[in-house]
Amino acid sequence: MNWTWFVEYLPLLGKGLWLTIQLLVLSMVFGLILAVPVGLVQVTGPRWLGAIAKAYCTVMRGTPLLVQLWLLYFGLGSVFAAYPEIRQSAFWPILREGYFYAVLAFTLNEAGYGGEIMRGGFLSVPKGELEAARAFGMSPWQVLHRVWLPRAFRNVLPTLAGETVLMLKATPLAATVTVLDIFGVILRVRQNTYLTYEPLFTAAVLYIGLTFLITYAFGHLEKQIPSRR
Amino acid sequence: MIPEILSFGDKGFGDELLRGVQFTLLIAASAYIIGICIGLVGSAAKLYGGPVSRGVGATYTTIVRSVPELVLILILYFAGTRGINSLLGLVGVGPVEVNGTLAAILVLGVVQGAYHTEVFRAAIQSVPVGQIEAGKAYGMGGLQIFRRITGPAMLPNAIPGLSNLWLVVIKDTALVAVVGNVELLSTTASAAAFTKRYMLFYLTTALIYLSITLISNYFIGRLETRYRRGQTRLA
Repeated sequence: MNWTWFVEYLPLLGKGLWLTIQLLVLSMVFGLILAVPVGLVQVTGPRWLGAIAKAYCTVMRGTPLLVQLWLLYFGLGSVFAAYPEIRQSAFWPILREGYFYAVLAFTLNEAGYGGEIMRGGFLSVPKGELEAARAFGMSPWQVLHRVWLPRAFRNVLPTLAGETVLMLKATPLAATVTVLDIFGVILRVRQNTYLTYEPLFTAAVLYIGLTFLITYAFGHLEKQIPSRR
Repeated sequence: MIPEILSFGDKGFGDELLRGVQFTLLIAASAYIIGICIGLVGSAAKLYGGPVSRGVGATYTTIVRSVPELVLILILYFAGTRGINSLLGLVGVGPVEVNGTLAAILVLGVVQGAYHTEVFRAAIQSVPVGQIEAGKAYGMGGLQIFRRITGPAMLPNAIPGLSNLWLVVIKDTALVAVVGNVELLSTTASAAAFTKRYMLFYLTTALIYLSITLISNYFIGRLETRYRRGQTRLA
């Protein structure tokens, strides 16, 4: 075992850890924001909209995330690069980065998985509560944001904890499109030092640590919710 | 209708992609079977084992399920290659190039095994204890009880988890593209880089994965109705 590289690469590892957390939080937040309408229209929306949402979930859950990421990064990226208007626009510095495509791919993917979860969540809210809300004269929008959404969200919280861990385990894919997250830094260490196990074990320990943190945080969150059992 | 670049033969990449699909299915199916074997042993160890085998089982499932598959694949790929070579070195044979496909199968099998362990453990636990005790009272041995009672009784409970893992392993084979060069995604990546038709090739590949999933879903649905026929229907 050779750990002489560790101190030298510690600052870079810190930055990688920060990038991994960014990827995780951004794609979970944006993904879940998209997941709410994807789940909702399947439960209550017009039938054609529900069918589109269901097809979206099937495609996202039926293809590997790595294919989705490479399709966006190489496919969409090469299409973007072909238009000088886009290449000269103010957005190009963002559209050129692997980071952008990683967040985009993870977000769209999470919207698919999360949409399916939210659908179950919306269905699990007792009908009587929604009827009670309507009987109080709430508009459909008020029913949604005062009763339906908060109740559905609480019901799926344990599932979302598992989903967040799964998303964490998907973030190293970003390293294949030049993002220097934890795994990207580890790959660079491997290249520069010709070591195999030490950097990879470091990555494994960091990801296990993050997994425990997520599990703990969600456990804490679940305790905050008043419930009668 | 189909663009020439995807046709079979010298001009197109159709036959290369088909070969990739074959390897993807081969890797997925073999890893799945290895995973089931590990899962049966692992769940037995976690449920009925002594303190040592329980500890080993718990460590295995915890670590494998909390480390990203991509990191595990790299660790196991290099550890496996080096392990085989040092074994060969002991018997005096020089280092060999380990077959990438075989390595991929073993690595994904070990990853799948952890998830299979949990699926089987939960399914076995849902078998009423009274049925197992009845078997014991008849004087059946451990294996006999598994073959006659626990096995058939847990199968309907395990099927949803098992079918989910089949869909997972198909998608996980794509990760092998990072170290190998035989399965569908790596074939696609080289074809796309060679022709610069990124959009076309990645869309085609996404469509292929999707059809594998949809076809699997159809058969899973039939399997589930068959194995659930003895159970009471919910709601």
